[in-house]
Amino acid sequence: MIKTFKRGGVHPPENKISAQVAIEVFNTQDTVRIFTSQHLGVPAEPVVTKGDTVKVGQLIAKSSGFISANVHSSVSGTVTSIEAIADHMGFKKTAICIKIEGDEWEESIDRSPDIIREIKHTPEEIIQKITDAGVVGLGGATFPTNVKLSIPPGKKAEALIVNGAECEPYLTSDHRLMLEAGEQILIGMEIIRQALKIDKTYIGIETNKMDAINHLKSFTQWIKHIEIVPLKPRYPQGGEKQLIKAVTGKEVPINGLPIDTGYVVCNVGTVYSVYEAVQKNKPLIDNTVTITGKKLKTQKNYLVRVGTPMSQLIESVGGIPEGTGKIVSGGPMMGKPIANIDGPTLKGSSSILFMTEEESSRGDSSNCIRCAKCVGVCPMGLEPYLLLRLAERKMNDQLEANFVHNCIECGCCLYTCPARLPLVDYIRLGKAEVLKIMRSRK
Amino acid sequence: MSNMRISPAPHIQGKQNTRSLMRDVIIALMPALAVSICFFGWGTIIVTLTAILSCVLCEWLIQKFLLKEEPSIKDLSAIVTGLILAFNLPSNLSPLLVVLGSVVAIGVGKMTFGGLGNNPFNPALVGRVFMLISFPVQMTTWPKPTGFFTSIDAVTGATPLAIMKEGLANGMTVQEITAANPDSFSYIQMLFGQIGGSLGEISTLALLIGFGYLLFRKVITWHIPITIFATIFVFAGLLHLADSAHFVDPLFHLLTGGIMLGAIYMATDYVTSPMTKKGMVIFGIGIGVVTIIIRAFGGYPEGISFAILFMNAFVPLINRHMKPKRFGEVKKNG
Repeated sequence: MIKTFKRGGVHPPENKISAQVAIEVFNTQDTVRIFTSQHLGVPAEPVVTKGDTVKVGQLIAKSSGFISANVHSSVSGTVTSIEAIADHMGFKKTAICIKIEGDEWEESIDRSPDIIREIKHTPEEIIQKITDAGVVGLGGATFPTNVKLSIPPGKKAEALIVNGAECEPYLTSDHRLMLEAGEQILIGMEIIRQALKIDKTYIGIETNKMDAINHLKSFTQWIKHIEIVPLKPRYPQGGEKQLIKAVTGKEVPINGLPIDTGYVVCNVGTVYSVYEAVQKNKPLIDNTVTITGKKLKTQKNYLVRVGTPMSQLIESVGGIPEGTGKIVSGGPMMGKPIANIDGPTLKGSSSILFMTEEESSRGDSSNCIRCAKCVGVCPMGLEPYLLLRLAERKMNDQLEANFVHNCIECGCCLYTCPARLPLVDYIRLGKAEVLKIMRSRK
Repeated sequence: MSNMRISPAPHIQGKQNTRSLMRDVIIALMPALAVSICFFGWGTIIVTLTAILSCVLCEWLIQKFLLKEEPSIKDLSAIVTGLILAFNLPSNLSPLLVVLGSVVAIGVGKMTFGGLGNNPFNPALVGRVFMLISFPVQMTTWPKPTGFFTSIDAVTGATPLAIMKEGLANGMTVQEITAANPDSFSYIQMLFGQIGGSLGEISTLALLIGFGYLLFRKVITWHIPITIFATIFVFAGLLHLADSAHFVDPLFHLLTGGIMLGAIYMATDYVTSPMTKKGMVIFGIGIGVVTIIIRAFGGYPEGISFAILFMNAFVPLINRHMKPKRFGEVKKNG
């Protein structure tokens, strides 16, 4: 039987319309604006000033603090300003704006198409290279990868699990990457395996991507330490804890981190960036972005330089299609709504998704009919209907007693609610409140 | 850009909504309604239509004029209540009494608590039990299941459960009662519905077809009905094994007195049943046990209506204590 996680989850229509579209390099025009904060943690500190000329791959903002990440220029040109600009959500954050002039790369970066198979570095060197390259988790949370791979004292890594589930509807960037850079991903897994000094690595892929599964299986020289695990399509399989459960059958203890069970989870995009950082000396300056939607005539999977205005990507596919109700960055289950299409892409941007008017309409909410469907689909074993009522009334003690802080905000409850109640919306608020209280107690 | 939504995730919605769920319940009840029309004819049609119309009208009037809020009859829940109430009534019941039952079901059972989602007790059952207590004669006089186009005043016949109860009370044994009334105790007839009883409870097979539909459409889960069936089978089975002269076999219990109707369509009422799987199992066991206690030792021949109402009262308590197993709970890796 094909593996999957056991509790909760939903299976929305997959709509992987752009799955057969090959990745295409996108040529960014005029300027890029690169945020100093594209990762979870402290923003990086700019190390260039207005008027400096920079090359592709040059460090422009340095990691400041333990949980932080380096930021590099994705283009060559002149720094025109360092100022606070609005991101795609409309929030103002510090960005380094660079006028594009030519395409001159740092000499240290290997731009040849050759695949480098030999791994010549010690574990310490590997972690250092990942740190220098500013690699962050591309599965959604953009957690700095070097921090994730630095196992805290007292803990022990036993296996790496790579997330190739891509369980969100519409998204195809990970799928394309596995098809077009499959061997590099397997080498990246081997690099992380050596860095963590572990024996076992897994890659979990949903069976709606059989071509990717078969493609990876064809690289027999790499799969000595690698187990390719086909997974039954189900959302949120790409959630760390759900993926560990699906692949190994083990449950991360309540309030625990994946490393408590000995597992380190990385997304395929992250692993590819690790390959590029270690084998090619290439920092994380570009990533795969799916441009898709039901009404869109041309579907795209682009390799996009970080900092590219989203409006340029949208124009390249003929502008916002007629009948669009919402534009989303990321998947339809957990992505962020785009309020400002002039916002630049981030390291963690995975898609620009045009939702039709009909798809994006939630409909009016009505009384809770206590159908218990939200309880049934919650992958964390919570009671969303109860958390909603507690969060509405700001009953923080009760929220905590009912484990609101374990919510992974996957949205299955709201997706499934027949009364269209704003479940995860309120739970998110209640969770933020409770986390604040829990932190202040320490 | 200005007319785009910017609400938070998730950005898509599943297909089911309150209205579609209620519609599925109505569809699931159709086979049983068809069987009932075959056996009871116009009586079924009149009682069912009266119940549905008065339930919907009652809800609309209360929302419009008493609560002064937007009527929500479009969610179809009042139709479900009306249908289920009708299924619990004899097909020869006077339409006036049907209206009264509907008003109690919707007015008292549902709207006094704030409408759909807030009522602690199953509204249709509130209506039915009110009728059963207030009009015991009319509520327990059933027409014989003859066929379509028979007049409503046809010969009345008791339900198998009532015959059994009366026989046992008169000191007969189960075997003597069965031998004296061969027609009333044919399991095949119970399966297809050719027995006396309330208009919707008679055909086990038709109700099971609806059960399959509800499961297939993911409207309900198996937990409550199957636990009720299993509990009744085991409990009644034990009694039967202990004293087969005074306790009828468990299959008889499952096939009669609205167990199918109650377990599949009334105990699973969303609003008045528990929220977790564990809770649903406890709820189901409770209903099964109370039903058999009433049937075997109580004064009423059938008992599932009372059992469901009784267990409805425990639902808040069950919800408070029966929490789902949290992800990562107890089990530690190692």
